[in-house]
Amino acid sequence: MRHLLSAADLDRDQITEILDLAEEMSLVQGRPVKKLPALRGRTVVNLFFEDSTRTRSSFEIAGKWLSADVINISAKGSSVSKGESLRDTVLTVAAMGVDALVIRHHASGAPWQASRWIDAHVLNAGDGTHEHPTQALLDAFTIRRHFRRSVDDQLNFEGKTVAIVGDITHSRVARSNVLLLNTLGAQVILVAPPTLLPSGVESWPVLVCNDFDQVLPRADIVMMLRVQRERMSGGYFPTPREYTIGYGLTRPRLGAMKPGAAICHPGPMNRGLEISADAADAANSLILDQVAAGVSVRMSVLYELLGGGE
Amino acid sequence: MLRSSFTALGYRPDAVLRRVASRPRGGLLSGTGAPHAWSGNSDPAVNAGSEPRPDGASLESRLVMNADQIARACARMAHQILEANQGANDLVLMGIPTRGVPLAHRLAKVMDELESVRVPVGALDVTMYRDDLRRQPTRAVGHTDLPVEVEGSTVVLVDDVLYSGRTVRAALDALGDLGRPRVVRLAVLVDRGHRELPIHADHVGSYVPTRTGEHVSVRLAELDGINQVTIEPGSGPDRGES
Repeated sequence: MRHLLSAADLDRDQITEILDLAEEMSLVQGRPVKKLPALRGRTVVNLFFEDSTRTRSSFEIAGKWLSADVINISAKGSSVSKGESLRDTVLTVAAMGVDALVIRHHASGAPWQASRWIDAHVLNAGDGTHEHPTQALLDAFTIRRHFRRSVDDQLNFEGKTVAIVGDITHSRVARSNVLLLNTLGAQVILVAPPTLLPSGVESWPVLVCNDFDQVLPRADIVMMLRVQRERMSGGYFPTPREYTIGYGLTRPRLGAMKPGAAICHPGPMNRGLEISADAADAANSLILDQVAAGVSVRMSVLYELLGGGE
Repeated sequence: MLRSSFTALGYRPDAVLRRVASRPRGGLLSGTGAPHAWSGNSDPAVNAGSEPRPDGASLESRLVMNADQIARACARMAHQILEANQGANDLVLMGIPTRGVPLAHRLAKVMDELESVRVPVGALDVTMYRDDLRRQPTRAVGHTDLPVEVEGSTVVLVDDVLYSGRTVRAALDALGDLGRPRVVRLAVLVDRGHRELPIHADHVGSYVPTRTGEHVSVRLAELDGINQVTIEPGSGPDRGES
């Protein structure tokens, strides 16, 4: 594996390998010395053209715990704000001799484009409305952990139903999750108002439903997507209040969930809009597990890409 | 003649007899059963690092330990570990994956039978501490399992084959990140010589002189369905070993 640009690049064996390794990596979090020497002497640059807290910081922690040198470059305060093009920025950073570039960009396809220009490994940390493969991996990791009885239990995702609820059209998290969960054999149901379903969704390997209450009792995992502020006035739904009534994970809906089912949210959450405080803090909420998994999964991915020789 | 030459080495005559007795049915034994192929000599000065005899080249695999010999070696090592530690106090056995882990469990089982003590057994993966990560494609990482805190304990690292010593060096680094044991010892089933680092095993099942190009294959029932140690002729240095 040279780059990680899309969840579609990974087959089931590769995903399982990444998740198994992430289990090993997660043990580092509980150790007195939170460091492994595997990537000593490697340089990883986080090139973030968009704001991010958890993705950027978890990539940074992941790289540092593997002993790589990690440098963060964000659009604000860099030459990007002076008008430098993506190509020039990427070539400039690559010319310094970095081993991997972690790229987040508001344009779909930017990391793929960058991977054509340079020799370093490229990791997609979210590009426009396209993909966010490490988020899908950490979601799969969290889901697997939730349902697995033991570490040796080779959880079969077949038979598991994952409902992804919210703004599918603009969600790179949804796209990567659909691809990855489908590869793993899970049944994905997309739940959204028709205005927030992308054109061409009929060809995706998913079921689509506009009625959240119909899907809720069937789902083993309810994955809530963030409603982005800029969408609220975009005519996609009448009012935030109405969105909550139709598609929010409210307290009554919490009670209608399938027994044993769990809640995911990629964050950051709009409490009271797509998810109620009761649901976010519920005993079956995996939201903080997802954050912890983020570091382990990103360590695993960095090791897979950078751990060996060229 | 063969028997006397072995007993002259002065170690484990029972194993020698066993080997002689097992030869006729040993289909894996290559023809002559050249004396140097197996040595019960426990003195590392004699064998460790020494060049194998030039006439020892074989194109077939040679059996150097059978199931009984492996069992006796494990029993003896378990005794020696308890003796050196004066009991099982603060003892932790850490197997190095893959085959060090079942070996560590075997040692613990013998200790339980001997002194009715439950010695904690763990696994210590050293992949990410290796010095040759860059020399090949990304290596699969094994499982690390710490049964108890190693701080202040006596840790016995257990591996199947001791070769260059690089795996043990990596294991010492890995262990250091988990805590500070009071003592670290090393137990290996086979010491095949050719050390590249100043590392020495405290407890050895068998010293097996080899050529650098050969491959020592340890197979254990837990993983491979059979208990045996063979030397396979190889074309080049085997990097998978330690």
